[in-house]
This record gives sequence, structure tokens and C-alpha cells, in this order.
Amino acid sequence: MAVLETFYDVMRRQGITRRSFVKYCSLTAAALGLGPEFVPQIAHAMETKPRTPVLWLHGLECTCCSESFIRAAHPLVKDVILSMISLDYDDTLMASAGHQAEAILDEVMEKYHGNYILAVEGNPPLNEDGMYCIIGGKPFVEQLKRVASGAKAIISWGSCASYGCVQAARPNPTQATPVHKVILDKPIIKVPGCPPIAEVMTGVITYMQTFDRLPELDRQGRPKMFYSQRIHDKCYRRPHFDAGQYVEAFDDEGARKGYCLYKVGCKGPTTYNACSTVRWNDGVSFPIQSGHGCIGCSEDGFWDKGSWYARLQDVSGFGIEASADKVGLVAAGAVGAGLAAHAAISALSRVRYKGDDAQ
Amino acid sequence: MSAPDSAILTDGDLKGTNLDGLKARPLRARRLTTVYVYEAPVRLWHWMTAASIVVLAVTGYLIGSPPPSLSGEASSHFQMGWIRYLHFAAAWIFAVGFGGRVAWAFMGNVYARELFFIPFWKLEYWKELLDEVLVYAFVKKHAKTVVGHNALARTALFFCFTLTGLFMIVTGFALYSDGTGIDSWEGRVFGWVMPWLGGNLSTHFLHHWGMWVIILFVMIHVYTVSREDIMSRQSLISAMTNGYRTFRDDRPD
Repeated sequence: MAVLETFYDVMRRQGITRRSFVKYCSLTAAALGLGPEFVPQIAHAMETKPRTPVLWLHGLECTCCSESFIRAAHPLVKDVILSMISLDYDDTLMASAGHQAEAILDEVMEKYHGNYILAVEGNPPLNEDGMYCIIGGKPFVEQLKRVASGAKAIISWGSCASYGCVQAARPNPTQATPVHKVILDKPIIKVPGCPPIAEVMTGVITYMQTFDRLPELDRQGRPKMFYSQRIHDKCYRRPHFDAGQYVEAFDDEGARKGYCLYKVGCKGPTTYNACSTVRWNDGVSFPIQSGHGCIGCSEDGFWDKGSWYARLQDVSGFGIEASADKVGLVAAGAVGAGLAAHAAISALSRVRYKGDDAQ
Repeated sequence: MSAPDSAILTDGDLKGTNLDGLKARPLRARRLTTVYVYEAPVRLWHWMTAASIVVLAVTGYLIGSPPPSLSGEASSHFQMGWIRYLHFAAAWIFAVGFGGRVAWAFMGNVYARELFFIPFWKLEYWKELLDEVLVYAFVKKHAKTVVGHNALARTALFFCFTLTGLFMIVTGFALYSDGTGIDSWEGRVFGWVMPWLGGNLSTHFLHHWGMWVIILFVMIHVYTVSREDIMSRQSLISAMTNGYRTFRDDRPD
């Protein structure tokens, strides 16, 4: 391969007009929260930069990230992203299989050493030397470490790769471990969510492609442009929260009127993601809009934080499951009773001692 | 009374008073020793903090378990808005007060420092602690007189108020940064807290537990202070209102 194709070449080859291409650039700029002055910059990058090879590995996962990704809302985005990133290895999407597929992996790793992006969907289980996830006859953790060694950067797709998700939920028998705890020497971008929003995934890739650098990350390694605000902050039901109007049960008047889902356990106030702005399926809806609270799928350990239908975690270990408030009230009652008894004994002993003192 | 004679007024003590010239002994009046313990800033802080804790606990509980849903237009209510506003306003008073109180520990008298550490390595502390526990277990009748806090009070204050209060301030500001944004100063200064405590929801949870620790502490605090004021050898409630602690006897311990 003498000259690598640019995105623009690929797009034109696929019959996309120049006009559509420019539209795509403006849309992407808008999706990334950039001003119109960045549109030419994106177009320029697309026209001149060679496509970056992306190797997409799958560990312990359910493929919901891939399912989300291939549904990137705008048809143009879907077409373009899939061709533009030069997705050289993705065992669920690629035509080849078996030894052929593995051969491509080795070829890309060698040819573009230090220049390819590693996208990881799912995570490696470390227990029993990684035997709970075998890819091509070897533990996934070995493949991950091998491919990561030559990567420019790593994208952790979804909550599995970012935090561990359901396979890492207590008691985590396979010791499923998020990517950043296995690969310590590479820049890692976490794109959590179960799955992440399609436009967030394509947006992250486009940003890296366009500006040749990682997007600005927050303290936990998530791209700030999509994860710096909570669902709650931009939720269209927020006015009902501030007013004090809640759904008390899923079949009540409040539910029909679209009140706030806080009391039925919505995790919007504790979840950083872009669902309430970007939404899903071409902006059609998102969980809260369809009447169910957010389950907080893009937060660390969301499987282990208690019920999806209660705001307060239950407390186990008191014989029965009880909310913090129940335990607190019982404790307050016990302390109150104890103090009353103590006061009574104090009073009695004082009466007794009075006799001694009065001598 | 078993108090030594030195506490009984002498004829000389009456000189210059309206009782000048009377015999002191038949009056059976006693002289009490009084020490100025809690300076004005400490007292002001105490009552401000007490009031803010009441507001914080009530509004905090309501944030966790909101009152029944209101009907009508959303635009005509701001119930949760006000609950949260009061919570944040009271939290600022509590936090700024706490900061001021830390500053006063350096500027004030020796008793102003008792809240912030326990003399772990002093044998005397452990002896006094045991003494107080025995008094509260009705084994001993009286403990030593203390000018500042007794060892048991100091221990409870240090763990249940100072450390818990600090925890509430730190987790509180971390949670507050949810609203002010991760790039606000709260987000920058306290952004480490939530990942450290296992996430956003866990931080809410622990903040909620902190409330219950402080509620239990306040219950015990009010009881013991009232009890000590009546039964111990020194006054407590007046010490936190006018600053003067009165000793009911001058017996050596």
C-alpha cells in the first residue's frame, strides 16, 4: 500500500457528494460542541489525513456497544464512520474469520506500530489465568496486552471496558477487570455506558481523527464534551423535580403527566452522560422520555449500587434488608429510649445520694 | 454539705455588699468558683452551627425522601428548589463556620483547641475517660471537675462532630459540584472525593449516613449536657450561653 486513502477519498469513492461531505463536517462540528469556524478544519483533516487504523477487540462483553455503534443516528455518519476509521480488525463485523482474521491483526500491529488506535469492547477476566475468555485459542488478556503494546491510544468502549459492568458485579467470580487496571502505560479514553450513545462513540473517534489528539478528559478519563454534565442537568423533566412533582408509582397520575422519576429511583441526578441532550436512535427518545428512570449505566459499579427503583441503597447485614433511614430511625429510637432510661436512673440515684450529702 | 469550709462565705466576703456587717455563717451562702471558658466567637459559632444542623438534617432528609408530589403546573411551585436552596445555604453557614472555628482554635484560648484532637498518648486522658464512663455507668458518683471538656465529651465530639462534620463538608462540596459543574472550584478541589468513595451514588449514601451519625450525636449531646448541668460538679449550659463555667464545689479531686 503506497499511499493511504484519506477519508475524503473513501467517501467520494462511495459516491458521497462534496455537498454531503461538507454537511457531515458541520454536523460533526456541532456534535462535538465546536463552532462553525472548525468546519473547514474538520473538512481539511478529512481531506488530507490518512485514515487511522483501528483495531477493535472484544473481551467479556455482550456486543451492545457494537450494536449501538452501527446505529449511529445520521445515515451519513454511519456510512462514513465505518469506512473512515479503517476498521481493520473487528471480529464481529469483519468478513474474514479464523486464521485470516488473526493474520490481519498481526499485520496491522506490525505495519502501524505506535500509530493505530485500539478500541476495546468488554474486559479481560483475570481469574484462572484468564481462562474465562478465550479468543483464537488464547486468553483475551494476552491478546489485549499484546495489541495494546503498539497502540497510540486506547478507547474503552462501554461500561465493561471502563468500569467492569455486569461481569465485574459482586462477587465477580471471573475477576473481570476494566482495561485501565490491566494496561497501565497507554492513554485510555473511557466511553462508559451500557451501551454508550452511538453519536458519542462516533464523536470521540472523529475528534481524535480531526485534531490528532485525545479529547479533553475529566478526572475519570471520560471525554468532557459528552460526560461533563449529568442526565439531570439537561433533563426535560427537571422543572417537575424543582417544583416537587414526582411519579410516586408507575401507574399514577404523575406518571401520565410526565412528572419527575426521582422517587421511583431515577439515577439521572447521579449519572454523567449525554442521554438527555443527544438522546438515542436518531434523537428519538431516551429512557426518561419513555417513562422509566435512568439506571445510571454509565457510572462506575452501577450493578452494585442497590435497586434501580430506589434512590437510597439498601443496607444489608442487619438481618433484613433495610433502608438507611429505617436503620437510622431505629437507632435514634434506641438511643432515645436509652437516654430516657439513663435519665430515670440518674434521677433515682440522685434522690438516694441526697440523703448522704445532707448529713 | 460536704464541701470544704473554704467555699462557705466568711464575714470578710460580705464587706462592701448589701449584707455588710451581717454574720456570714448563718446565711449559709457559698462562694462558687467561676472560670471564663468559652469565648464569644466559640459561643456564636456553637449556636449558629446548631441552627444550621437542624436545617441541614431536615432539608437533607427531604432531599432523600421528598414530600408527597404536588399537583398543578410546575411553574407555580418551587418546593424541591427551596428545600435544596435552604440545604445549600445552611451548608455554607456550617462550612464557613467550621473554617472560622478552625481559625479560632489558633487564636482563642486553650479550650478552643479541644475539639480538634484527642490527647491519645497521655495516660491522664485515658484515666479520665474511664472515670467518666464509670460515672455514666452509675459505678462512680462524681468525676473530676473539668474546665474545658471532659475526656468522654471530648472523644465523642472529636469523632461524632469534628470528623463527621468534616466528612459532611467534604462530601457535601463534592456533591455540590454535581450542580456547579466539574470545572467549578468545587469540582476541582473536591473532584477526587466521589471516585474515592466508590462513585456518586455511594457518596450520597455515605452523606446520608453522616446525617444519622450527627442526629444521634445531637440527641446524646443535648441529654448529657442537660444531665451534667444538673448533676455534675460544673455548669454546662450557662457556659455555652454566657461563657462562664461555675463549679459547685472546690473540693480537691
